[in-house]
Amino acid sequence: MTLQHFMNEAISPWMREEGPDSDIVLSSRIRLARNFSDVSYPILADLEKLEDIQSFFKEEYEHQTFQDYEDFAFIPINDLTSTEKRVLVEKHLISPHLAKNSQAAAAMISKNEQVSVMVNEEDHIRIQLYFPGFQLNKALEKAFEFDDWLEEKIDYAFDETRGYLTSCPTNVGTGMRASVMMHLPALTMTKQINRMIPAINQLGLVVRGIYGEGSEALGNIFQISNQITLGKSEEDIIDDLQSVVRQLIEHERKARSRIMEQSSIKLEDRIFRSYGVLKYSRIIESKEAARCLSNVRLGIDFGLIQDVSRNILNELMVLTQPGFLQQYAKKTLSANERDVLRASLIRERLQLEK
Amino acid sequence: MNCQECQERPATLHFTQVINGNKTEVHVCEVCAKTKGYMAYPEEGYSLHNLLSGLFNFESVKKENQQGKTYKQMQELQCPKCDMTFSEFKRIGKFGCAECYETFSSRLDPIFRRVHSGNTKHFGKIPKRKGGDLHTKKQLDSYKAELQSLIETEAFEEAAQVRDKIKALENQKGDSKGG
Ligand SMILES: [Zn+2]
Ligand SMILES: [Zn+2]
Repeated sequence: MTLQHFMNEAISPWMREEGPDSDIVLSSRIRLARNFSDVSYPILADLEKLEDIQSFFKEEYEHQTFQDYEDFAFIPINDLTSTEKRVLVEKHLISPHLAKNSQAAAAMISKNEQVSVMVNEEDHIRIQLYFPGFQLNKALEKAFEFDDWLEEKIDYAFDETRGYLTSCPTNVGTGMRASVMMHLPALTMTKQINRMIPAINQLGLVVRGIYGEGSEALGNIFQISNQITLGKSEEDIIDDLQSVVRQLIEHERKARSRIMEQSSIKLEDRIFRSYGVLKYSRIIESKEAARCLSNVRLGIDFGLIQDVSRNILNELMVLTQPGFLQQYAKKTLSANERDVLRASLIRERLQLEK
Repeated sequence: MNCQECQERPATLHFTQVINGNKTEVHVCEVCAKTKGYMAYPEEGYSLHNLLSGLFNFESVKKENQQGKTYKQMQELQCPKCDMTFSEFKRIGKFGCAECYETFSSRLDPIFRRVHSGNTKHFGKIPKRKGGDLHTKKQLDSYKAELQSLIETEAFEEAAQVRDKIKALENQKGDSKGG
């Protein structure tokens, strides 16, 4: 796999498959933090030691295949342009932290982009594994298998009492952060979400509006994840997260059908206006694009819009981010130029659907 | 819902934290989350800085009460491997290496309790290869508990079977050490 491959497409290959409950849950992710037992953590370690880790990963895993995760690309972060880093962040293949602290840092990404391993982030190893739709159990199972595969060659920092030892005390124990991305337009429209968030927080889960830079959950997309990593098994953490997600799905579905019953013409108008804006506008800001994309996706879920694929939301949310636009234009763009290119890319993409 | 810090931008990050035993809700915007130290890294989704600073304020009060003693202990805690001192750890909120956990172990329980809803011990996965002995040890512990309860209920036949399993496991353990 080459870097170019990851740069060209906004949508990762694994996203093309539809998972369970994918009308509401866009994706499930498991992240595991691991460290080498005998090397200090990246904040303190000698550069030389971190470079050893980097070369270890290149030598052992570049072009290797594990199960469905084929032909791992090895990408040293320092070799990337700032736009390329930004694109990998926008595709959630690396974290902003890795992009910023790129000393001896690397990313290992499988061909289907379902697995990415960040090397020398805050911890030596951060495994990320994605599944489409609501599949946390499956994602955990695969993440564990992948973790065992890495462990064949790596001595992990592990302690009987404290579990997997991490640089930050908030990750110690399982080192696991499980999360789901949910599209919750109806709960947002009815403002029910504002009442539900504190209740979810009380259960030890974190709710985050994503894609937002200082704005409310852009595109009505929320990330729900576990807060604690110590004292509960990975399976129990996931059970708790799943039961909350299941309830949210139910509430969102109820809210959707209630809106449809009570104000169907208003809703249709809103959906088709948004469709019109995306189809014909010449200048569009990311905030407006996100709002319209969320509405169009809802229209697809209701069966009102039939000739557009559901993936349009995930794909265009990434494609219309600043990094991706600049990658596409092959140059740095002003905010105005971005708004023009964004509108044109969206028009083009919707044309393709026909 | 607006950000509780700036009252201006909409809140995008929502979680609870425990301060002095009370659960408090936090609703902040992306900007305040970063600038007011609610999260070390935005992708992590929640605060460490604030969680820890609350804890450490509490510690400094204790320090004054007990005068020189606690202060001296604090000075002495330094990781032999990475040289990180306990006060440095408190300042940046990160461990320097795996051995820091051992070095600072006497001071960590209150921190873990605060960050992980009262928990201090790991209950999850054990590394497959490295944890080999641990897996056996856990299995042995559960057999021994089973044996104990079988003997108490005078189920001697089953107890004998469990005792055989224990013996087999212990032999296996001895073998793998020898080889
Ligand atoms: Zn704010
Ligand atoms: Zn240390």
